[in-house]
Amino acid sequence: MSGAVHELKVKRIESGTVIDHIPPGQALNVLKILGIGGGSDAVVSMVMNVESCKGPGRKDIVKIENRELAPSELDQIALIAPDATVNIIRDYTVVEKHKVVLPKMAVGVLRCANPNCISNTSEPIASEFVVESTHPVVVRCVYCERKLSGNLADHLL
Amino acid sequence: MFAGRHIISTREFSKDEIDHILKVAERLEPYALGKEKARLLAGRLFAMLFFEPSTRTRLSFEAAAKRLGGSTIGFSSTESTSAAKGESLADTVRVLSGYADALIIRHPREGAARFAARHSRVPVINAGDGAGHHPTQTLLDLYTLRKECGLEGVRIALVGDLKYGRTVHSLAYALALYEAEMFMVSPPQLRMPGHIITDLVQMGVHVHESQSLQEVMGEVDAIYLTRIQRERFPDPTEYQRVAGSYRLTASMLQHASPRTIVMHPLPRVDEIAPDVDSTPHARYFEQSSYGVPVRMALLCLLTGVIE
Repeated sequence: MSGAVHELKVKRIESGTVIDHIPPGQALNVLKILGIGGGSDAVVSMVMNVESCKGPGRKDIVKIENRELAPSELDQIALIAPDATVNIIRDYTVVEKHKVVLPKMAVGVLRCANPNCISNTSEPIASEFVVESTHPVVVRCVYCERKLSGNLADHLL
Repeated sequence: MFAGRHIISTREFSKDEIDHILKVAERLEPYALGKEKARLLAGRLFAMLFFEPSTRTRLSFEAAAKRLGGSTIGFSSTESTSAAKGESLADTVRVLSGYADALIIRHPREGAARFAARHSRVPVINAGDGAGHHPTQTLLDLYTLRKECGLEGVRIALVGDLKYGRTVHSLAYALALYEAEMFMVSPPQLRMPGHIITDLVQMGVHVHESQSLQEVMGEVDAIYLTRIQRERFPDPTEYQRVAGSYRLTASMLQHASPRTIVMHPLPRVDEIAPDVDSTPHARYFEQSSYGVPVRMALLCLLTGVIE
């Protein structure tokens, strides 16, 4: 875990998932991608803009108690947090630790920037993007073929 | 190779596949012209879902089907359909794919044909989706070049609205497969998008950009003109000035090689003066008529009538 800095801010959790090394300011968007919002009963704590122990700069951290999120759920966050790490905690101990991996497809996460795209209509359709490059992240709409790059958080559904 | 396949974008086809479609079209040309009769598509029914108006595309598909003994059903505007009652495209497609052997769809939204294909039990042919793809236009353009001046290594000027024109985008990518040399001629505000130029260069295409049609006239085997749309210009006088400078006349063609051909996807407004029609360069009406054999080929290939 990333040391004393965030332990001072938020206490350790007994079990659940900790997502670390989220770019500063993106913690809420990470929760949005995970579908954890106001209607959810998950116990969530987060810190934003703490100093990173790995180097210069700041980061966000999200802790979700009593839920072990599956890699398939978590990998979608790589769209906005490509360097995030995931720690699965049981009995105050990290039992699994891995980096998120950008999936080949992003389904139902992003909104196409093309207002005339069929995915931006009331049709029964989930937005769908092919990941074309990872550094930087570039995705292409499978319907209208418009590319999205830059800050993908601006395009979250 | 093609039976049951959707035709959404020409970028999904290899050069061999495109060549095969063009060869089948050539075999079918006598039937398209009515010189020979055949009932290759007898008993086949094609549904035409035209959510937007179209003259050439819709009628040439109908001609293609009917000349070969097939039938068509469908609509050419949304007013008289259940779409006007609020039915989704997905449901319309599900219903009509239960009636016909293939769906031919034109829709104002980009990506509509690909979406339709996901809900259809039969092949879908994209007949134009907003500013997206229009693969059958590209195929008939390639067919025209192949017939009229040679396709492999063709030197072609793409002229006019290269920024928004979907036909020139699809055509440019397809021509890249044939090692074409491309001269992009447009006013500065309607240049070919940078990412397309980059893609073409990466595919090994020699791309030249120019603002002057006269400048490239003597260099090319084919001149492909497109319409410059008035609505792209906030200032009407600017439109007049720009549109006028890309108007092709018979006297301008004196600087072209006698074998240079002139193409246009039509409808033309004033990009080509009527005096060009009677020159040996004009091929736009032949080009338009080639839509029938090319669409015949697709209908026969998708239904498995021809392999």
